[in-house]
Amino acid sequence: MDTIFALATAQGKAGVAVIRISGPQAFDACRSLAGAVPEPRKTTLRSLTSADGVLLDEALIIGFAAGHSFTGEKVVELQLHGSTAIVRAVLAELGNMRGLRLADPGEFTRRALENERLDIAQIEGLADLIEAESEAQRKQAMRVFQGKLGDKAEGWRRDLIRAAALIEATIDFADEEVPEDVMPEVLDLLAKVEKSLIEEAEGAKIAERIREGFEIAIIGAPNAGKSTLLNMLAGREAAITSEYAGTTRDIIEVRMDLAGLPVTLLDTAGLRDTDDPVEGIGIDRAITRAKQADLRVFLISDDPLPMAPQADDIVLRGKADVVTGDGPGISGKTGEGLSELVDMISDRLSDRASGVKTAIRERHRIAIEQGLDRIEAAKSALNRGSEFSDIAAEDLRSVVRSLDSLVGRVDVEHLLDEIFASFCLGK
Amino acid sequence: MKHFDVIVIGGGHAGADAAHAAARMGVQTALVTLSRNDLGVMSCNPAIGGLGKGHLVREIDALDGVMGRVADKAGIQFRLLNRRKGPAVQGPRTQADRKIYRREMLAEIEAQENLEIVEGEAADFIMDGDGVVGTILADGTELRAQSVILTTGTFLRGVIHIGPEKRQGGRMGDKPSIKLAERIDQFDLPLGRLKTGTPPRLDGRTIKWELLDSQPGDDEPVLFSFLSKSVSAPQISCGITHTNEKTHKIIQDNLELSAMYGGHIEGVGPRYCPSIEDKIVRFADKTSHQIFLEPEGADDFTVYPNGISTSLPVDVQEDYVHSIYGLEDAMILQPGYAIEYDYVDPRALRRTLEVKTVPGLFLAGQINGTTGYEEAAAQGLVAGLNAALQAQGRDEAVFSRADSYIGVMIDDLVTRGVSEPYRMFTSRAEFRLALRADNADQRLTPLGLQLGCVGDVRRQAFTEKMGRIEAAKQRITSVSYTPKQIKAVGIAVNQDGNRRTGFDLLAFPDVDFDALLDLDPSLADIDTETRDQIARDALYHNYIERQKKDVEAMQRDEAQKIPADFDFTNLEGLSNELKGKLARSRPETLAQAGRIDGMTPAALTLLLAKLRKAEKKKAAQ
Repeated sequence: MDTIFALATAQGKAGVAVIRISGPQAFDACRSLAGAVPEPRKTTLRSLTSADGVLLDEALIIGFAAGHSFTGEKVVELQLHGSTAIVRAVLAELGNMRGLRLADPGEFTRRALENERLDIAQIEGLADLIEAESEAQRKQAMRVFQGKLGDKAEGWRRDLIRAAALIEATIDFADEEVPEDVMPEVLDLLAKVEKSLIEEAEGAKIAERIREGFEIAIIGAPNAGKSTLLNMLAGREAAITSEYAGTTRDIIEVRMDLAGLPVTLLDTAGLRDTDDPVEGIGIDRAITRAKQADLRVFLISDDPLPMAPQADDIVLRGKADVVTGDGPGISGKTGEGLSELVDMISDRLSDRASGVKTAIRERHRIAIEQGLDRIEAAKSALNRGSEFSDIAAEDLRSVVRSLDSLVGRVDVEHLLDEIFASFCLGK
Repeated sequence: MKHFDVIVIGGGHAGADAAHAAARMGVQTALVTLSRNDLGVMSCNPAIGGLGKGHLVREIDALDGVMGRVADKAGIQFRLLNRRKGPAVQGPRTQADRKIYRREMLAEIEAQENLEIVEGEAADFIMDGDGVVGTILADGTELRAQSVILTTGTFLRGVIHIGPEKRQGGRMGDKPSIKLAERIDQFDLPLGRLKTGTPPRLDGRTIKWELLDSQPGDDEPVLFSFLSKSVSAPQISCGITHTNEKTHKIIQDNLELSAMYGGHIEGVGPRYCPSIEDKIVRFADKTSHQIFLEPEGADDFTVYPNGISTSLPVDVQEDYVHSIYGLEDAMILQPGYAIEYDYVDPRALRRTLEVKTVPGLFLAGQINGTTGYEEAAAQGLVAGLNAALQAQGRDEAVFSRADSYIGVMIDDLVTRGVSEPYRMFTSRAEFRLALRADNADQRLTPLGLQLGCVGDVRRQAFTEKMGRIEAAKQRITSVSYTPKQIKAVGIAVNQDGNRRTGFDLLAFPDVDFDALLDLDPSLADIDTETRDQIARDALYHNYIERQKKDVEAMQRDEAQKIPADFDFTNLEGLSNELKGKLARSRPETLAQAGRIDGMTPAALTLLLAKLRKAEKKKAAQ
């Protein structure tokens, strides 16, 4: 029997959010989050930390022994601060534990029924609950599927059915005229779905950015005008600016709202070859941090830079008030090119933020990650040769099962439809 | 008047295994057939087994049914399909000599205790209220029994089409049983219409075999029965030829004369067994289709050209056959034809194959919308076992999707019905890696022993085999090795410090049993069959473990029965559409309800709640 968990209170911001965990491993899960399991039915305040030691929240914990809980199983309830970020983080942490999974709709109630924990009156009341639940589900599904995710999921579904059908055709119609080498197409289809799933998982991370801010690093040679630009953007003296090269040795962060999006600007040390060990450390740090940022603004001058801009990065001529040259320039002093820069940043970030219109939920992210895991397994089975196509087919089945909540149920009849539409089979 | 426990009407593949199964259970059984020479007739192509189908035959055999051993005796060309793929999807198949098959089937039926062959035409049922308690033969003889299994294939409004010609009849040469059909109409069962076709039969002496490619059987034949040791009939090869553009043009030019394309047929045909007309219309860009020329027997010159079934007029059939390489002078012995027939929507059946609304009447085989000898025989077995259990007043025998292809098929039929003639595919079995042809005995023989349908010979052979496998497995799992030891014999393994047993190592894709011998030379005394069996179990072990969770969930839902009189219309909180679907298909278990199109987990929870409430009420009474 799996241990299941879910958010028991409504989605969204609230004073308190309750996550319920039920099943044989409920106490183990509590122990790894909170360090210990409180005495049953005694409310206890505990710090919840992730497996890698990050503090997630301070929560009230209540444990219920088997036979004395709503579901009849061991149950732990975590009363968290009602922030969506906290809830997501705790759900993600639980999802990573072995033997735990997100509950299906109605599953807690179902377990309660199976363990005979509900009385007749409660069962009478269930109908309303179910209706409410399915209406909520319908709305949620509509919300998700009106957006880009709907089209994407449709594409995944089509590709996965096609891939599974190709494999099944070589298995079930081996005796007939099926082109044996369907593997290149199957691998292409899987690669395509995989790529798209990874993007979608990235989208989930962007959702995080929208809450916590995009990082933009300003990069350039010493004295290229980075700090002046930052100050101009921020409208205050956040970074020390002077005309001596190499003034900013550490990284300066300024949070601001830029065209409606939360942004953290990073002013980094000027990049150049240096013998000064302290400055050297600052430069190394600048490069590492700049690489991790979501976007980079390069202020170029005649001096070469030790890192190259990536595809989406913005490249400008610094100190446009004093230096002339080709390409768009900017000056933090005069404000020349500043509104263009703000437009460029906001274009790029809005573009990325639109990736989250798909409203990826925790449930989806977990499904996607499991799906990716099984795609990997399917690919490796396929690469081992047709001897393992039955195993690859099983892996594909579990991909579809994992993505069930996104792509809908895929029935063997759908595979057969695809097979018979594609191949002239039958002797 | 004669009294039996179980009467089986029809001596085809469903009837033979139904009657034999009932008799093995120890109840008095009658098999009613027009002639004892009709037993085990193969009316379509002369082959048994294949992918999914071979699995069914192995399962029938594991329960001591007859199809597998008869096919082994009649087999004239054995091939293990998918030999180069994983063992889970390998399926044994054989060409069968029609004459030997009939002879051996008759011998099996005649030799079985408690089983009497009654020659005659079943004209009507004997009714007792809503229930069936026997049959009246055309000559007026009355046979009574506790239940009747009807296995009469395509006899319900069967119509044969050859071009624009049509005639009534179940299959070529049979007369339709009008009165019995009228009685079935009175039961008001939901019916549907299907069609299927056959190719023209050719005179093998007029085929230019020397020009054609041939396909021999396997060097090491894989048989069906766990008890068979070797082939007994002489072995032959099949010929292979192809249609060509000339063939296609002849068919294209005469399409309107085809019964199917001329608008004479309304039934739905199987997509996996299309007529040659269908292939040419639907896949117009293909310029050639493969034809297998299958001899119908070792000493029979009749040849079944597999791949060109048709409902074109006879002269067009001659023209297109003669356009094919090697068949220029081929003589047609019997023209191809299409047959349309009514089937009973199997959602009207319980999992035992008893008609829900007609107690005592079981249906098995093509009448339930399936196709294929193997599918028919497997249903016969299920109906035969359950009719016998009913006569003995015992609990019913239910097969699960988790234990057998038989369970998959029965569940598909009674839960979802059919939209084309139902044929087994391995892809229908979600637990395919566990349901293998090689372990059918391990999955089902214990159940057969418990039911009482397995004889002593098989009991002994099975017990001995399992003893050998268990002992060997014990030896292989009890010793473990360090990564260093494993690496030393040339097996690539993570140097993670974890010890692994021989069984763990066999789950590696590139480790075979011989590699284990390097680690433990004493394993050399384990015989080949046992080695292979353990290697196959190990190969899928991790996947099967992972599926266990799904299996458990399904079994829990299967265990939750829904009473036959449960009122689905009273389920507040469900949409009317879903209520209607439930009321129409009347699932017997929560698992079946869950497989109804459109069911949600929430709706299932509600259903479960109501079931629990009803149970409590009942207990309180």
